[in-house]
Amino acid sequence: MTDVLLAVRSLVKRFGAVKASNGFSIDVARGELHALIGPNGAGKTTALNQLSGELAPDSGEIDFDGRRITRLPIHRRARLGLARSYQITSVFDHLTVKENLSLAIVAHNGHSFRFWRKAGDDPVIHRAIEPAMVRVGLEDRADVVAANLSHGEKRQLEVGMALVGHPKMLLLDEPYAGMGPGGAVELTKLIQRLKAEFTILLVEHDMRAVFTLADRITVLVYGQVIASGPPDTIRTNPAVRQAYLGDDLMEQG
Amino acid sequence: MNRRTIAITIGAVALVALPSLASMADEPYLVTLFSRILIYALAAVSLDLMLGFGGMVSLGHAAFFGIGAYVVVILSFHAVEGTALLTWPLQLDGHQSVLVVWPIAVLLAAAAAAVIGALSLRTSGMHFIMITLAFAQMLYYFFVSLEAYGGDDGLSLFSRNTAPGIDLGDERQFYYLCLAALAAFLFFSWRLVHSRFGMVIRGCMENERRMKSLGFATFRYRLVCFVIAGAGAGLAGALIANQTEYVSPGLMHWTRSGEILVMVLLGGMGTLFGPVLGAATLLLVEELLSIYTEHWMVYLGPFLILVVLFAKRGIYGVLAGGNGNHD
Amino acid sequence: MLLFIEQLLNGLQLGIMLFLMSAGLTLVFGIMQVINLAHGSFYMIGAYVGATVIAHTGSFTLGILAALSAAALAGMVVEALVLRRLYKKDHLDQVLATFGLIMFFNELTRIIWGRQPLFMDVPSWLAGSIELIPGVPYPSYRVAVIVVGIGVGGLLYLLFTRTRIGMQIRAGASNREMAAALGVNIRLLYTLVFGLGTLLAGLAGVMAGPILAVEAGMGESILILTFVVIVIGGIGSIRGALVGALLVGLVDTLGRAFLPAVLRLFLTPAYADGAAASLASMSVYLLMAAVLVWRPKGLLPAHG
Repeated sequence: MTDVLLAVRSLVKRFGAVKASNGFSIDVARGELHALIGPNGAGKTTALNQLSGELAPDSGEIDFDGRRITRLPIHRRARLGLARSYQITSVFDHLTVKENLSLAIVAHNGHSFRFWRKAGDDPVIHRAIEPAMVRVGLEDRADVVAANLSHGEKRQLEVGMALVGHPKMLLLDEPYAGMGPGGAVELTKLIQRLKAEFTILLVEHDMRAVFTLADRITVLVYGQVIASGPPDTIRTNPAVRQAYLGDDLMEQG
Repeated sequence: MNRRTIAITIGAVALVALPSLASMADEPYLVTLFSRILIYALAAVSLDLMLGFGGMVSLGHAAFFGIGAYVVVILSFHAVEGTALLTWPLQLDGHQSVLVVWPIAVLLAAAAAAVIGALSLRTSGMHFIMITLAFAQMLYYFFVSLEAYGGDDGLSLFSRNTAPGIDLGDERQFYYLCLAALAAFLFFSWRLVHSRFGMVIRGCMENERRMKSLGFATFRYRLVCFVIAGAGAGLAGALIANQTEYVSPGLMHWTRSGEILVMVLLGGMGTLFGPVLGAATLLLVEELLSIYTEHWMVYLGPFLILVVLFAKRGIYGVLAGGNGNHD
Repeated sequence: MLLFIEQLLNGLQLGIMLFLMSAGLTLVFGIMQVINLAHGSFYMIGAYVGATVIAHTGSFTLGILAALSAAALAGMVVEALVLRRLYKKDHLDQVLATFGLIMFFNELTRIIWGRQPLFMDVPSWLAGSIELIPGVPYPSYRVAVIVVGIGVGGLLYLLFTRTRIGMQIRAGASNREMAAALGVNIRLLYTLVFGLGTLLAGLAGVMAGPILAVEAGMGESILILTFVVIVIGGIGSIRGALVGALLVGLVDTLGRAFLPAVLRLFLTPAYADGAAASLASMSVYLLMAAVLVWRPKGLLPAHG
């Protein structure tokens, strides 16, 4: 029996008559990179939103690190070590790189009802900010407002923010969306480094990336899991090929 | 020195010198007018703390302003009458001293902000605007119905509050007290905005959802910001009651909230000195226009629309240049 | 008991006025995502134009028609000149610009009609009272207001369920992008919806004329109640507006009428009257607070 970090059982989420999640279950083992794929409209984002806590499932259970989190609000899940990086880059555009990372640092270190001392002088921030910037290679961009970063730098910052909380698990939501080929190579390197340290659930359209990175793949169609296993068995699975019929992306992997 | 420092220095020197200039020009009325401007500036800065830094568009800020003012007048009323304000559950007598009355004014305004904020912050966007407006209007009608304290007609202050070493009845001394209050609040706000709390609040303004996913219980931070803003408005209210020596429910009418909001936007939202400029501009323009026409609002209204459509950065943004952010 | 029925009818009548105000406004909020503080101004325009035309022609019907046209026309002009530029802006800008509109319209009416309130007479054919229930005489004019309100409610229901444009509006209220994707001419639709909303506000204004004084600023007190209705009912929901309006109308009227008597059961008369006056003036806001705690999005929200 492998060590399961995230166990999801039979999530159901209805929007009107549509079942966006229809008995969705997945096990993510500690230390693996697990990819969640599926054609457009398969309910990947809905599933992810329920894991991060932005949507409440109609039924089903989510266990994280041995704890039931089905009804916990987003910020409590984040504090338990479930960090999410967003599909649309959502760093704070009007804040500097340093401030962005500082926010991520203080989010996990006590309360922030500290009204007087300058944020930069706060011991919690002071201690952790330099290593955090160095880790994602943004130490020279500390005082640049995030809006002025390049797309790739924003992505680095975004990942950096997810990392400073020392999460147990990363939920990466389509990190390759909107990436040029050069950026994609950089990103793959970054994720490979992350993979050594964290358990990752990767939701992604880019099949080349998925088949390069994933230890296991789960395929979602119409809110249901139709297959789950190592990349090789997924590639040859007839049901999966059927679902992606006409979608030649599968061949590229 | 950059443009911003120069602008602020000139403004500060002018404000300190104003009473002397006014007496040289033989226009003592100017001191009264500028006391009023300083008080509204304080209210506007407090609103900007939650609006420009916390992203909470409240249309009910005058409620806290009015509460601060009513506390002063009601306590003074009982002190003069020699009657108790409350006998149960605790004995509460009237009072005249700044040291007692003003803290009560600030605390009560903060308490009201805590209740209203806790309810309003359950929502966001349009709901939030309408709900803050509605609750402020509720307090307005509450004071209208309070016949014991003058109801619709309001209540006069028998005499200004007393304080050791200062005579609030002297216009010049009162002016400097207002200036000191504003300066202290600005300094406090400046520290606040750059503190860890301020950073969290600015993060909430930009993307609350993201703050939650980082692990922040955003509701609490926004509520505390709301309460601090309400407390600031309460202090301004205590000052205005002393300045005009009169309160009425009109102080907390929603159009007053609107005016304070206009001051913030006119001066420059999300800056600390902008609201001060905005308050001065709006009140001076009102003063000037009303010399020429009693119907000045017919010009001010369209002017506001033009500002919204074409000059979003406000006066401070234009004067200070650069991005004018956070200071 | 008779008093109770009479007050119930008064509450119903206030509720209907509020429904006319909130039906249009909730659509503007829901479809255009614009917060419009100036809705009360069109109520005021309706009242002033109606009162003036009636005073000059002596015809109540002409007055109503003039009021409706003036409010709808003013609404569409304002939409085209100002509101349209605000759709893409944030709520703060919308608040400030429409606040500017209120200043403008209030002052404009003072310039045109002066500071003294106008008084409108009830038309002679509605001047008496009728006994809806034997033994309970009730002013015919107020009955007429209730009947007109119910009629308008019925027409709106038909408009939204039976006509193409109505369905487009509803589609817009629950999903803007969807409506645009379906090929609806959004620009024209917005102007029409806005005009419909201000027309209803104008109708409420002219009908309120004989009951209240016609004066500058009259739109604001009803505007705030309209907001309370919309918060209670849920933004963008006509059904919510109806439920909210009736609730607010009844709670406000019955509270003012009966709270003193109720409180006198527990308190000394002088104390009871004071407390009742305060409580009654706050009752609808407390109702709103209760709804907020229970259902922050309102009783019948339009969006899922």
